[in-house]
Amino acid sequence: MTTKTPSKLEQILAAGHLAVTSEVGPPRGSNPKHIEEKGHLIKDYVDAINITDNQTSVTRMCSLAACIRLKLMGLEPVLQMVTRDRNRIAIQSDILGAASFDIHNILCLSGDHQSFGDCATGQNVHDIDSMQLIQTVRRMRDEGKFLGGADIDRPPQMFVGAAENPFADPFEIRVPRLAKKIAAGVEFIQTQCIYNLDKFELWIKLARERGLTEKVHILAGVTPLKSVGMARYMKNRVPGMDVPDDVIKRMAGIPKEKQPQEGIDICVETIERLKSVEGVHGFHIMAIEWEEKVAEIVERTGLYPRPVVGN
Amino acid sequence: MIVADKKPIEEIIQQVEAYRNVLILGCNECVTVCEAGGKKEVGILASALRMYFINNGKDMRIDEITLERQCDHEYLEEIRDRIDKYDAVISLACGVGVQFMAEKYLSKPIYPGVNTCFLGVTDKRGLWTERCQACGQCILANTAGICPISRCAKRILNGPCGGSSKGKCEINKDLDCAWQLIVDRLKALGRMDDYEKLFSIKDWSTDRAGGPRKVVREDVQI
Repeated sequence: MTTKTPSKLEQILAAGHLAVTSEVGPPRGSNPKHIEEKGHLIKDYVDAINITDNQTSVTRMCSLAACIRLKLMGLEPVLQMVTRDRNRIAIQSDILGAASFDIHNILCLSGDHQSFGDCATGQNVHDIDSMQLIQTVRRMRDEGKFLGGADIDRPPQMFVGAAENPFADPFEIRVPRLAKKIAAGVEFIQTQCIYNLDKFELWIKLARERGLTEKVHILAGVTPLKSVGMARYMKNRVPGMDVPDDVIKRMAGIPKEKQPQEGIDICVETIERLKSVEGVHGFHIMAIEWEEKVAEIVERTGLYPRPVVGN
Repeated sequence: MIVADKKPIEEIIQQVEAYRNVLILGCNECVTVCEAGGKKEVGILASALRMYFINNGKDMRIDEITLERQCDHEYLEEIRDRIDKYDAVISLACGVGVQFMAEKYLSKPIYPGVNTCFLGVTDKRGLWTERCQACGQCILANTAGICPISRCAKRILNGPCGGSSKGKCEINKDLDCAWQLIVDRLKALGRMDDYEKLFSIKDWSTDRAGGPRKVVREDVQI
């Protein structure tokens, strides 16, 4: 498969390897050490590292600056960008800023509503939506044009991704919605955390039947649970999250001090099962404030060492 | 209609307590229907204020007038001969009426008596909900008659987002997900194929983004 960008993530996927990505949340402050430490912890175990963009609408160091930190360490960042906080001028401007540092991956998102965060009384922007952001990046990259029509000097070379939540409602449009994102130009998908494997497998089966898994690389999202409390919180409080009762029961049946290990085990079992599912081209491991466990998960699932691709 | 809600009486008292002659000016249109600023509400507010000022030993004269509309010159002109009797006016019209009053009676203090909320419908008595944000470029033909700009918390044109759960929005379990409603209606219309049509980037210049707007219709001008 030919590649369109210098993205290492794209090259690994194009070579047919199962890709591994992870994510790092920027700090609530300006200390760059946190990003660098987290980057060091996971760098040998993943192909690319997402930097979240003010996730759950809580104000943090900007994704772009944190991506630059990783880039300066020689790592491969995925710039997450939400449409909540920027209009089309700021979006294109930030894309160019990222491109100037040769950041080669972007994840296009709408973003959690600001009412969840620390500025609940603020405005949101939503000048464009996540699908239109996909279109914007593709236009800037492939046509070398701004939305306004002018030529871009040195267009961005970005591998374009988006999120999909197979567990959100209405379920019947989750696959048509994936098709829509593909039509908009998305090249890789990182899914919402998967705990309901049956539902995920049904979603990807329906996507396969429409030939969509041939057109986009789907990375299955996983998040190790630290405790039964976290499992319950995810089930009840996090929008669009599907944590089945048997997962809660399994965590609840374990003594508290052993629950973190059980959470890792569940995560490893999830990856093992999904590795053989046709259409799954990799894994996105979101170890929330638990980056030190990424290595164990990657090693135990036989995804280590990471493939080396030429540049 | 334009939906408004009553302001807390404490806020209104604070605005007018320095005056001696105050007019409460109602509007017979939208704010009457949403029971925030019609003749009935003018009477209720006037009684409450009179009672407050009597109890506080203050001599305050409060008159009541309700106009047919406060967004047309001809109706606002009806009070021109009386306006000088008052130190201030509390308008219970929407923000449009309050401003038109202020423009017309330049030296008269005008205070808003309601909070203007949105363009909406009477779902049932005592429940009004939003339907339109007046973006100036109606897309309802393409969204099965349900507006994602006014009814989706992220005004997503290619929805729903990942936060749609059991038909409800991520920000509030009592709020319908606009895109669930759109999908339901597309299904009812047998038009699910339309769901996969991509909405291109919207021209917001007809929205508030383009600055204060006007509609010019030379064909009906006199």
